[in-house]
Amino acid sequence: MSDHLILRIVGKFLIPYILLFGLYVQFHGDFGPGGGFQAGVIFASAFVIHTLLFGLESAERIAPQWILKIVAASGVLIYALVGVAAMLMGGNYLDYDFLAADPIAGQHIGIILVEFGVGLTVASVMMLLFFTFAGRGEAS
Amino acid sequence: MSGLGVWNYVIIIFLMMIGLYMVMSSSNLVKKLIGLNVFQTSVFFLYISFGYIEGATGPVMQEGASLYSNPLPHVLILTAIVVGVATTAVGLALSVRIKESFGTIEEDELHTMDSSL
Amino acid sequence: MILEQLIDIFLLVFLAIISIAVLRIRDLFTAVMLFGIYSLTSASLFMVLDAADVGFTEAAVGAGISTILMLATISMTGREEKPLKKKGAMLPLAIVVITGATLVYGIMDLPPFGEPDNPVHTHVAPRYIEQSPQEIDVPNFVTAVLASYRGYDTLGEVVVIFTAGVGVMLLIGRRRKRKEGISNE
Repeated sequence: MSDHLILRIVGKFLIPYILLFGLYVQFHGDFGPGGGFQAGVIFASAFVIHTLLFGLESAERIAPQWILKIVAASGVLIYALVGVAAMLMGGNYLDYDFLAADPIAGQHIGIILVEFGVGLTVASVMMLLFFTFAGRGEAS
Repeated sequence: MSGLGVWNYVIIIFLMMIGLYMVMSSSNLVKKLIGLNVFQTSVFFLYISFGYIEGATGPVMQEGASLYSNPLPHVLILTAIVVGVATTAVGLALSVRIKESFGTIEEDELHTMDSSL
Repeated sequence: MILEQLIDIFLLVFLAIISIAVLRIRDLFTAVMLFGIYSLTSASLFMVLDAADVGFTEAAVGAGISTILMLATISMTGREEKPLKKKGAMLPLAIVVITGATLVYGIMDLPPFGEPDNPVHTHVAPRYIEQSPQEIDVPNFVTAVLASYRGYDTLGEVVVIFTAGVGVMLLIGRRRKRKEGISNE
């Protein structure tokens, strides 16, 4: 791709906006269409574009695989721990009413935390999937 | 009856059957996975069609709207899409491994290799 | 409202044409790109059917990630598919025709498309739509149901994605280390 100057420049220009849009979708999911699943995939797609334009090594310097593995696991953990926190505060597993004094505020906190966990896991797993396939292709 | 009646569903069944035929008749594993995805998407259409209400708005609360389309199928299908890409990725990874071990991903060639072992 | 349903039928027929093209084409690269178009068209269909969240996801996942993973795969496995053998092509066709006929027979009893008093709209969904403003106070019902009412489902979903990532890394993630001679499996 190194000789496609226009693609590289336009792609470089697009990447920050894609990342920003991913964050918007993540945190605006309560009010409009969106949420952790979509945001994670959009966030990962920015890294896919980066890999296509600048090569796998450059992308793996920004997002090393060992960090992605930790992030993927911690997303699941955040989700599960929100449930445990609700249990410790006197409710049932994943019953967000007990996370704050006011049940509605508790629900909001719970939903934002859970969606954040979903977003982390989906984004990092999608990036890992793509890096794994691309790495296999370069190696063979 | 002003609406489409069941014609919407008939076309969805047609799509579903194309996906099934693709899975059964093609011998290439990647093509089979594409067929599986076509089949899967048609199931999504079926669910989302059940949730659709004529004249309703999308399931986001807004002033002045009283009729919302059914959010439940949307939730189920939203998660099913992401699980679908996860299974597709595992299937593709398996076909890459099969290609590396056997040198082909055509099913009938794999069968002949398997019986000659 | 009749316009929405016309667009719905138009998009569905378009999807059927694309999928027949995917079925007939032997060049896998073209087939994968056509499948990307198929996913994008289905995202528009979801939007027409008032499912914005689903359309969003399908556009990002189906047209984005799935397509690029398939492209990465065919770059390793080759882009040509062997032509179909004439012998033995009748059995899948027969199975498909019989299954399709059975399903169409079953579909004839479904309530008409898009009526507000269909049985599917009378039970659980109204409870969510009426109670979630008081209980959860999140404008997007899909988020409320996804993250709160059906939190267990979503937890399972996230674990499935995580497991898929682990599975793919176990299957094809090791090549480089072995090349450097650090370990031989």
